[in-house]
Amino acid sequence: MSHRFSLNALWEFANPQKFMRTSQAVLPFFWGATALCLAVGLGWGFFFTPEAENFGSTVKIIYIHVPAAMMAINAWAMMLVTSLIWLIRRHHVSALAARAAAPIGLTMTLIALVTGAIWGEPMWGTYWAWDPRLTSFLILFLFYLGYIALWEAIENPDAAADLTSVLCIVGSVFALLSRYAVNFWNQGLHQGASLSMDRADHVANVYYIPLLVSIAGFVLLFVALVLFRTQTEIRVRRIKALVARERMG
Amino acid sequence: MMPDLGKYAFAVLSSYGISLLLIAAIVVLSLWRGARVRRQLEEVEARRKDHG
Repeated sequence: MSHRFSLNALWEFANPQKFMRTSQAVLPFFWGATALCLAVGLGWGFFFTPEAENFGSTVKIIYIHVPAAMMAINAWAMMLVTSLIWLIRRHHVSALAARAAAPIGLTMTLIALVTGAIWGEPMWGTYWAWDPRLTSFLILFLFYLGYIALWEAIENPDAAADLTSVLCIVGSVFALLSRYAVNFWNQGLHQGASLSMDRADHVANVYYIPLLVSIAGFVLLFVALVLFRTQTEIRVRRIKALVARERMG
Repeated sequence: MMPDLGKYAFAVLSSYGISLLLIAAIVVLSLWRGARVRRQLEEVEARRKDHG
């Protein structure tokens, strides 16, 4: 019974007014928590963690690289869910949330690619290799660019939402590949995942805890930005509707 | 206070510098566009009120 209630409550956010009211109320918390977690996670990781035996001080790059790479993939996953909701239930807020998330995902993908390249040079002896994970991340980056360009290129907002949703579904293959390439392709330079449910597999606790705080900061930043940018997209849609009404009479 | 980054100082500092710059850019651009759109909406709504 409560399960059904919570699902119904979720659909209420498809109402733009309800979404604006609720997001306005929770945004200060998300901005504050983002600033706190990023300051603690990145500050702790940068200033107070030791060098690693094999990686020297470059181990400090994981506090940015790993959360950014996770969010690059998770942002696309969020866009996939909201795109499917748009295609199936035609909720405009859902399509606008997908649009709002894309530039954030693009930024996270770029951060992951750049920090990976900078880390790769001293560790692998090269900034770039056509490794399965690196290549799938580059393709994901291109999908983000294409997705944003497609939204900008189509005048009719519903047609743009339809076509970008289809593009998002196609691009999900590469998002999945980016996530799991490390697991099922043994060739390539990229090492295994830094985080694992198996505690024996993941990095040592001295790195692990600040990494978790940093990841929380990136997740909170993503949520805050998506909420804020979706508000902006809803306002843009309202301006267009009001201007069109003015012109009609 | 500043940790000794040894021979990897450039790699670590440039990673942090570029990443923080990109994060700041997406936050500032989002806030700037949000404020601009909000002003525009207020103008359009005020115009509608004026015209009854």
